[in-house]
Amino acid sequence: MERISEIYVNGTRLKVDADAERSLLSVLRDDLDLTGSKYGCGEGQCGACTVLIDGQAVRSCITKIRGVVGKKIITIEGIEKNGRLHPLQEAFLEADAMQCGYCTPGMIMSGVALLSKNPNPTEAEIIRSMEGNVCRCGTYPRIVSAIRKASQSKGVVVSTKTE
Amino acid sequence: MSKHIDDSIETERYELFEQPHYLFNLEIERRNFFKLLGGGLVLVFALDALAQESGGRQEGESGRRAGNNSTPKEIGGWLHIGEDGSITTFTGKVEFGQNIRTSLSQVVAEELRVPLGSVHLTMGDTDLTPFDMGTFGSRTTPTMAPQLRKAAAAAREALIDLAAEQWKVERSALTVRDGRVINEKSKDSIDFGMLTKGQKLLKVITDTTPVTPVDQWKISGKSVTKVNGRDLVTGKHRYTSDTKRPDMLFGKVVRPSAFNASLVSVNSAEAEYIQGVKVVRDGSFIGVTAPNAQLASRAASAIKAEWKAEAQPSSKELFDYLRKQSSPSPQGNVRGSIAEGLAVADKKLEQTYTVAYIAHAPLEPRAAVAEWNNGRLTVWTGTQRPFGVRGELAEAFRIPEDRVRVIVPDTGSGYGGKHTGDVAIEAARLAQAAGKPVKLLWTREEEFTWAYFRPAGIIDVSSGVRNDGTITAWEFHNYNSGSSGIQHRYDLANQKIVFHQAKSPLRQGSYRGLAATANHFAREVHIDELARAVKMDPLELRLKNLKDERMKAVLNAAAKSFGWGKAKPNQNTGFGISGGFEKGGYVATCAEVSVDRTSGAIKLVRVVEAFECGAIVNPDQLKNQIEGSVVMAIGGAMFEAIEFENGAIVNAKFSRYRVPRFSDCPVIETVLVDRKDLPSAGAGETPIVGLAPAVGNAIFDATGVRLRSLPMAPNGLKS
Repeated sequence: MERISEIYVNGTRLKVDADAERSLLSVLRDDLDLTGSKYGCGEGQCGACTVLIDGQAVRSCITKIRGVVGKKIITIEGIEKNGRLHPLQEAFLEADAMQCGYCTPGMIMSGVALLSKNPNPTEAEIIRSMEGNVCRCGTYPRIVSAIRKASQSKGVVVSTKTE
Repeated sequence: MSKHIDDSIETERYELFEQPHYLFNLEIERRNFFKLLGGGLVLVFALDALAQESGGRQEGESGRRAGNNSTPKEIGGWLHIGEDGSITTFTGKVEFGQNIRTSLSQVVAEELRVPLGSVHLTMGDTDLTPFDMGTFGSRTTPTMAPQLRKAAAAAREALIDLAAEQWKVERSALTVRDGRVINEKSKDSIDFGMLTKGQKLLKVITDTTPVTPVDQWKISGKSVTKVNGRDLVTGKHRYTSDTKRPDMLFGKVVRPSAFNASLVSVNSAEAEYIQGVKVVRDGSFIGVTAPNAQLASRAASAIKAEWKAEAQPSSKELFDYLRKQSSPSPQGNVRGSIAEGLAVADKKLEQTYTVAYIAHAPLEPRAAVAEWNNGRLTVWTGTQRPFGVRGELAEAFRIPEDRVRVIVPDTGSGYGGKHTGDVAIEAARLAQAAGKPVKLLWTREEEFTWAYFRPAGIIDVSSGVRNDGTITAWEFHNYNSGSSGIQHRYDLANQKIVFHQAKSPLRQGSYRGLAATANHFAREVHIDELARAVKMDPLELRLKNLKDERMKAVLNAAAKSFGWGKAKPNQNTGFGISGGFEKGGYVATCAEVSVDRTSGAIKLVRVVEAFECGAIVNPDQLKNQIEGSVVMAIGGAMFEAIEFENGAIVNAKFSRYRVPRFSDCPVIETVLVDRKDLPSAGAGETPIVGLAPAVGNAIFDATGVRLRSLPMAPNGLKS
């Protein structure tokens, strides 16, 4: 069985020893203890596991690690810089865009991917882009407000550079 | 379970009656507190002293069940001020997204005159927190918040006593501000830690402790963001599913082929052959443990189990089945005479309404991490009933409850769905066999299949109305879905209201708002039908039959904000209204829908919801709960339904079970009616009941099509 020995996560090369067929989500959570990305459905339907791969929002629960070797993976743990929250994290706090918080990391990563491509999205663009993320607590309107709020601040684009 | 507790639990919380409960012999012993917490000042809120004073026992929300042994105190909450000045509050309530970690911290900070950030709340840990029946029924704000408020107020007064003694001054000269006791004359001040240093003071307090009047609230009653919000936006918070223990293994349970299936034979040879895998068999329980989750899954699927199950009803025949399986001679609430009421009616109406089973589908599926140490069991699990689950574990493993500890990390939601200890028991059984800690995470399919559902139901309504809008007769029969919200606030002379229990083909239990959603749907749609029958405005007809001023106030508030009575922008638009009352909260909802006549698609354009739950503790978080309820309600109203066939769930995944998404959300406006003169009621549930009838009435307004089944339009109006 093919094994993967290294992936790039949040700007760092990390040693792993994992079956190439395993999901990125399970490697992040169980092997690397990066538990911010969540399991919600296992079929790419809820977005709780969303991470960035080369800047694109990807459902890590249905992404095999075979396909991400050498690519730049950013998780929720990687967007806070030097103790400063990403503007979208700040905006989520200000808008109280969460209740139980379980969907929040995935929502933020999907939102970060959107803002990186489209720093000034309209409400309709936000809704279209976020449609794959589920919040069972129903905080959608607040999440839309948070993304709009963050879109007006500087520094929304996340660098995908690795050292 | 005592009679008293039985009375306080709604019938449709079926899951709570599945297992017997246990007594907890909690003693208030001075040495135990200080052994646990270290020195300082401890304030204990005693419920049984309170009950004696008020001449009767308080509702059994948070106290240990009384039983025959009256010596031990019943404790609501307790509060500790450490020798370092740290403030820790202990409550058996748990945080599932309803924001009580913040709102309870607010009341403690208020009374202790400290910044919100200096209060730490320890929640839902059966070794550390007082007994609590569970976090359900919207009871935290009306019962737990006042107890913690009194404990904190008593702590403040005790600190003043300590300072007065130390400085040898009159206590009336002292005040508390910013975490310090201050002598206003001498300008001396001292922090809490200096006062509690070297102390081991235990104070038992009761209902008589004076608290800050509502009009002087500085922290309560204000919008503050979540106290642990930063951990949520950074992904640092550890949910149960994120919990790790040294040498931890991963578990997986082999599920039966159908509900109520019995095990015929098992061949686990292939699984046992996999290195690192342990197969656990105990009666009909089959599970595996392995060093990682993938191996556990592989081993579980390598086990060949044969099951036998009886033929079972399917969702297609559900409503006939429920009616046939219902209890024949139920009691009910009867007033006046239905026959006489119908005799004086100008119009009579008989209609039947139905609701499907729906799933809670919390985004964090059930999870547990279990660990045994020297015969003591510790389980981390996201349950709304930590003490109830402790009882379930003690029973399952035939050990005393004091050898079981249940810890509930703040959890990825529940909505009434996480009351039972299934996953905790499974994880504990696997950990017991493996001799190591075991993590067990249910998959989404397991969560959809092996949890319990909001009860399906049939509701028959027959009524009479006079042309002036007076409802003269009201007969209401609910089969199976439940009795919450079955009573109403209308002032009706002749009524008969009956709940018929039935044998449910699926495991069913509590869900946010319980049957109040079904009962409000049937009632408020039927009232709309009556208004149409006598050509009267639906709001006007409601107001005509109401004397309850609080109910009228929310209806008028919602109508005013919505612009009820205004002209419709086009013929594809419809307006609907509904009102309701449950668990101490009043709600009124106005909905605007737009219908695409070609495709049959229904779009929720705008929802205005007015809510009144007494004095408001945190306005923005209250809004968040109302908005969330409205969004969650869209699912059950429009498209959520569990499909099942012969003992199996057919649509046990998000790709087959549609939940509300971003594009389903209307513009939501909340109108908060703040009654500072009334005690605060909970707000996590009741705001969910108004959406379905308001939308159904709006669809009728737009199209003339009356939808009487929830979900109303899983495939739009073409279905």
